[in-house]
Parts: sequence; C-alpha cells; structure tokens
Amino acid sequence: MSYFMRAVKAAVLCATALTAPIAHADGGTLVIASTQVPRHLNGSVQSGLATGLPSTQIFASPLRYDETWEPQPYLAESWETSEDGLSVTLNLVEGATFHDGQPITSEDVAFSIMNTRDHHPFKSMFAPVETIDTPDAQTVVIHLSQPHPALLLALSPALAPVLPKHVFGDGQDPKSHPANSAPVGSGPFMLDEFTPGEAIVLKKNPNFFMEGRPKLDEIIVRIIKDSSALLIAMENGEADMYPFMAGSQEIRRLEKVDHLAITSEGYAGIGPINWLAFNTASPKLSDVRVRQAIAYAVDRGFITKALHRGVSKPQRGPIIESSPFFDETIPEYKVDLDKARALMAEAGFADGMELTVDYIPGPKEQQQTVAEYLKSQLKKIGIEVTVRAAPDFPTWAGRVGGHDFELTMDVVFNWGDPVIGVHRTYLSDNIRQGVIWSNTQSYSNARVDELLNAAAVEMDEAKRAELYAEFQQIVATDVPVYWINALPYHTAYDKRLQNVPNGIWGTLHPMDMVSWGE
Amino acid sequence: MTSFLIRRLVYGALLMLGVVVLNFLLIRMAPGDPAVVIAGEMGGASEEMLAAIRQDYGLTEPLIVQLGIYLGNVLRGDLGQSFFFNQSVVSLIAQRIGPTILLVLSAQVLSIVIGTALGVLAARKPSGLLSGLVSVFATIGYAVPVFWTGIMLIILFASVLPVFPVEGMASIKLRDAPWIIRAADIAHHLVLPAFTLAIIYLAQYARLSRASMMEVLGADYIRTARAKGTPERTVLFHHALRNAALPILTVAGLQFGNLISGALLVETVFNWPGMGRLAFDSILRRDYPTIMGVLFFASAMVVVANILTDLSYRLADPRLRGGA
Repeated sequence: MSYFMRAVKAAVLCATALTAPIAHADGGTLVIASTQVPRHLNGSVQSGLATGLPSTQIFASPLRYDETWEPQPYLAESWETSEDGLSVTLNLVEGATFHDGQPITSEDVAFSIMNTRDHHPFKSMFAPVETIDTPDAQTVVIHLSQPHPALLLALSPALAPVLPKHVFGDGQDPKSHPANSAPVGSGPFMLDEFTPGEAIVLKKNPNFFMEGRPKLDEIIVRIIKDSSALLIAMENGEADMYPFMAGSQEIRRLEKVDHLAITSEGYAGIGPINWLAFNTASPKLSDVRVRQAIAYAVDRGFITKALHRGVSKPQRGPIIESSPFFDETIPEYKVDLDKARALMAEAGFADGMELTVDYIPGPKEQQQTVAEYLKSQLKKIGIEVTVRAAPDFPTWAGRVGGHDFELTMDVVFNWGDPVIGVHRTYLSDNIRQGVIWSNTQSYSNARVDELLNAAAVEMDEAKRAELYAEFQQIVATDVPVYWINALPYHTAYDKRLQNVPNGIWGTLHPMDMVSWGE
Repeated sequence: MTSFLIRRLVYGALLMLGVVVLNFLLIRMAPGDPAVVIAGEMGGASEEMLAAIRQDYGLTEPLIVQLGIYLGNVLRGDLGQSFFFNQSVVSLIAQRIGPTILLVLSAQVLSIVIGTALGVLAARKPSGLLSGLVSVFATIGYAVPVFWTGIMLIILFASVLPVFPVEGMASIKLRDAPWIIRAADIAHHLVLPAFTLAIIYLAQYARLSRASMMEVLGADYIRTARAKGTPERTVLFHHALRNAALPILTVAGLQFGNLISGALLVETVFNWPGMGRLAFDSILRRDYPTIMGVLFFASAMVVVANILTDLSYRLADPRLRGGA
C-alpha cells in the first residue's frame, strides 16, 4: 500500500513538474479559485459575481473601464452622447467576430442591450432605452426616453455582454436558454468545458479582435466551496488567483504566503456595503431618534479594526466611499453613549426596548459576529437584542422580503452607478413586499425621491454630484440604514502574474492582458 | 431463481415508487421558496419576476398535480430541469454519478478487505493483543462521526504531513496529461476520502468477521481439518472464512445505503465532485428537481445493491438455492 502510494505520489509529482513549466512558457494556464457557484455563464440575464467572472471573459461589451471610472473603447471604438442626452451613438470596431466566426454587428449589440433590458434583474440599467437603430453594421444608435447618465457605465463587460443574435435570438426563453450554459461568445476566451458547481474551462480565442490578446492560453475557474480547502489550494499552487476573498483570517493567512500577492483594489465598481437595516415601519423603529441612538451606540471603528482585524474599511454612507459621488461631509455618528441614551429617552424609550436582529447567511465575520456585537453594545443603551439566525438564504430572504424583521444585517452592492445599485434601497416607490434588496426598510422621504429622480436624468456630472450630496446628507440624518463597512474583498494571486485586473470592476473585467511573467 | 428475481424486481420497483412519492412530499413540506432563491441569485427580483419564475417551474399548480406531473415525467425518464442550474437534472447527475460510485465502491472494497483481514487475524487469538487492538479500533472507528474523521485527516495531511491532496478529485493542471498520469492522480486524490468513508464500516466488518470467525473456528469441521494436518492458512482462509463470510456478505449489501449517505458528508468535506455534494448544495438552494433526482438515483443504487446481495447470497450459500 505505502509503496503504491509512494509510486502514485512520485508519478503525480513528475507529471506536475513536467507539465507546469511547459504550460507556462506559451501563454499558460491561470487557475482561478472561487467559492461562488454560477447558475450559468450569461451575464445578460443574471447578475452577481459568480456568473460575472466567466461572463466577462466569454463576452465582450461596448465599453470597458479601468481604475479611473473613465470609459475605454472595447467593441465600440468611439461613442457620442447627443446634446439633449436622449441618444447615444456607438461606433463598433470592424472585423470583430463571435467564437463561431460570425461577424459582430450592430444588430447583435442592439439585440443584446434589449435582451439585458428585458431580462436582467437590474431594471434601472437600461429602463430608459426605448429603441435602438442600426443604420449600418458598425453603428448603433440608442434612443432614450430621458437622459440616462448611468448608461455608459451600464455598457461595461459585467453588465452588457454582447450576445450573438443568431444563437440567442431564436425565440427561446432567454432566462433558460440552453446557450446560457454553452455560450458562443464575443470575448477574449471561449468556453471549453462547464461542469456546473465544479469548474469552468476557458480557452484562448485565437481570433479575438484586439491584436495580440489574450495573453493566456487558458483560464480555469475552479469552484471550491470549502474555504479552508480553497486556501490550501492557493498555498500549494493548485490555484493561482482567489478573487472576492473577504474573511480576515483568510486574508491574513494568505498574506504570509511567499509566492502570493494580495490586493484590495478592483472592487470600487461592485461597491459592496455591509449594513444594518432598520424596518422603519416597525413602531419601535419608526422614530428617527431611536435609529440615531443605535447609530451613536455602535462603534464602526471597533467592527472594522477589531472584529474584522483591520481588513475592512469603514463605510459612512449609502454610496461606496471609493466612488466619486461619495460625500465626505455626512454625519458619521462617532460613538456617544450618553447622546444615544438621551435620544432613546426623548423618543419615549427611557426604559429601553427589545429588538430582534436578523442577518443574511454568509461570512460569519461580516454578519453573525457583528450581530452578536450589537447585542452587547446596544444593551448599554437599554436595548435587549435577540439575534435570530436563519438556517439558509431562503429563510432570511423570506423574512426580510416579507418585511417580517426589525433589524437585519445585509450586504448590498452599488454596482458602479448609484442609479443601478443605490436608488433601489431608498426610493419610496420601490417599497415592494416579497422582494429582497428593494426598499425593505419601508423608508419614505419625498425630498429623497425628488433628488434621486433628478440625479437619474442629470447629465452634468458636477450637478449630479450635488444632488447625490444632498441625498447623502438626508439619509445619513434619517438613518434608514446604518452603514458599517465596505466588504473587504481582496484578490490573492501568484506574484508572477502580470496585469492582474485592478480597475473598478476587478476580475469582472476581461483578463486579456493577464500573463505569466518570470 | 427466475421467479425470485422477477419478484425482487417488482418489489424494487414498488419501493422506488414509494421513495419518489415520499421524497416529493417531504421536500415540499420544508419551508422556503425556490423562486426567492433563484431571484436572490439573480440579484433581487420584482413581483412579476417571482411570479414568472413560479410559473416557469410549475410551482403554481396544486401539490397533487405537481406530483402527478412529476411521476409521469419520471416514468418517461425525465427528471426535469434543475431550478438552479440551467441544465437538466439527468445531465447534472450524469456528471457526478461516476465519482460517487468510484468513492463508494472504493470505500466498500477497502472496508471489507481490511476489516475482514483484521477480524480474521483477531479471531485466531481472541484474547491476544491484536484482538484487543482490533476491538478498541473498531469501537473508536464506529463511534467517531465521519465528517470529524475527514476534518482530522485534512488537518493531518494538509499541514503536518502533506502527502495526499485534501480536496477535489483531480489536479486541474493535469487535465491534459496522459491518461495513466490522470488515473494515478485520481487514485492519489481518492485515498483520504475513501479511507474516511471506509473507516466506520471497516470497524464493523472487523467486529463482525471476528465474531463470525470465532464461531466457525470452534466448529467440528475445523477441528477435523486441523487434525488432518491442514496448514493453518488453508484452515483459516479456505475452510473457515468461506462460512464466516456469509454474514459479511449480508451486511455488505445492507451497508450500501449507509455508505451512500456517508458519501454525502465525505464528498462535502473533501470537495469530491459527486452526487452527495450536489444533494447537499441543492437542499440549501431549494432545488427540488435536483434533490429528487439525486435521491432517485441513490435509492435505485441501494435497491440494485440489495437485489445483487440477495442473489450473491443465494449463490454463496447452497442451502438457499432450492426454495424461495
């Protein structure tokens, strides 16, 4: 037995030694480890990181973004917004083809944007798109019902994959189209093999329209749901990159590994905010003073520095602090227990109250640990907190979507432009029973509605920033949500990797420049 | 023999029908709405979208109608579409049944061979040191939960003695290597999960074969064989073990179902890409058709294993061949 195992081990080591350098010499293979399980690979009808990562490799999009929030040419080599903001013209590159060799035309782009508008869960991305004209094969004219400042960002790889109309436009339901799991794409990598829940194997697209790209021969996404097994795979070189890593222990452990580099860059677009939401329809929480008292009692710094061991950054408002729209001057509620007690007394709860806190099942450190900290901390201002665990996501989603909660810990993404990921939480017309990540706080403020609706159509960046600044001041005073921290997403990767994507979309961006160095 | 087989097959089919109906009802009784999970995975949804999802997946029909439709589809060999993955349940299971069978059979063989060998050795000197050790090992092996053993082995082999891979079934970087290397790689990955799964049953077989052998070794014909000067090895493995093996065979068939349920935990701990892990993940996702499909296949495997056991039992024991 032991002889056999030694022989096996020797054979495997030999094989690893023999194959590894050969693979790396010519483009090479990048193995990405992920805990995220994609349902399928088509980001046109599915949001989220799990589908986004492979989808952005398989499909190209009209524009792409680097770390400056400025649009860059991709399938569109140039673009222009009309004076009145009601139409946007995209000029497509010539000679681009899908993975099956068919040319990528304006028809395909128009079809894809309409498909995403009608079937993607983020309705606000393309809701103002009325019609799309295709005067010639290289020109796309998008007509809008109102100016739409979020449009260019929504044309990013993660949000606007360009699909072949001849495959996806055959009349089958786009949400369950068989090609979603076996897509013909337009991006730098082509699907070779997809084993749901296990692995996605992508091969280089030799006819990619951007000269000299991609650099890698192959990208393999390995799904390892158990994070300790995943860390071992990163440590022993079985995997080369681990994006969306949020656990402080994971981050601290991989920081110590010599051959790995760790970065927190590449998550500004996703803008993941961990927060404590209030059900403002609850009689106990309808008084703003109670919510403010809780805000004054909770120590954001303790959570980020101690509970998260310094890996996460504090988040003071509804717009991620790394966004150009974030307003620095909003109230931050420095811990002040006396003030908190006074506010409780003013609100008529001098004798305290009982509250239940739910939390979204997810990384313990971001959710459960914080919920338990709230229990001890809020006791200091007379609030008796019961932490109510949910055995699984559907249970939690049922409670929060059904407005059957008082406080809940939640993680919500900004998705680049406030129109896409921020408005939904605060607009009063988005208070919808049974829908998670809508305005489940039942928060309603006429001025906020007005500001958000104005910002959604304001094409002047500076004026738009002013509208968002006022919005942030108001919600920071009303505290329908107490924002705690930006989820500390980090990417760990082999130090020999070059050009690891660090733009606003991080690894939800085509990895056509990633390569193996020495 | 033929009538026996036909009767067993009919019983097996009835049993499967019962399993399908029970599973269907049990799963639907669990709280949680699959439409919310799907919508959640998609990034939130509107009421219209939730309604559309429920419509798409046939969740708006009364339960009894859903059951009827499902049974009809199963009879036609259609286990439905996964709620979560954009694929048919049959294709998902087809990708995973191989790894599960490999794991379960490896564990079965490991536990029977090693367990029986230990038991036989222990039975030779029932009060000796080896016998005592086997008893202690068997008690511990039987008592510890399989996931704990798995985690301990992972800790041992991940950090202290990194000889075996602790997760997955194959090194992804070897996927283009020659088949012999890939086979060796899979064998290498199989060691820890197979051993973890085997350990409980190994302990049982050791106890069982020890007891059974002790009984047989006391029989007259063994004394006669020894008196004739038959070598001890022949006495043990030829004369005694043949008879002592009958209960082992019975238990092996019965244990098959337990092995499959044990595989669920072991696959989860070791990230083994089999049906067990698919079942575990599907339960969390409320992916009814996939859970039902996995249970269907697992039950079918158990039913087949039991029929095979009955048959092999009749082959091994001449006394049973005549009658029913």
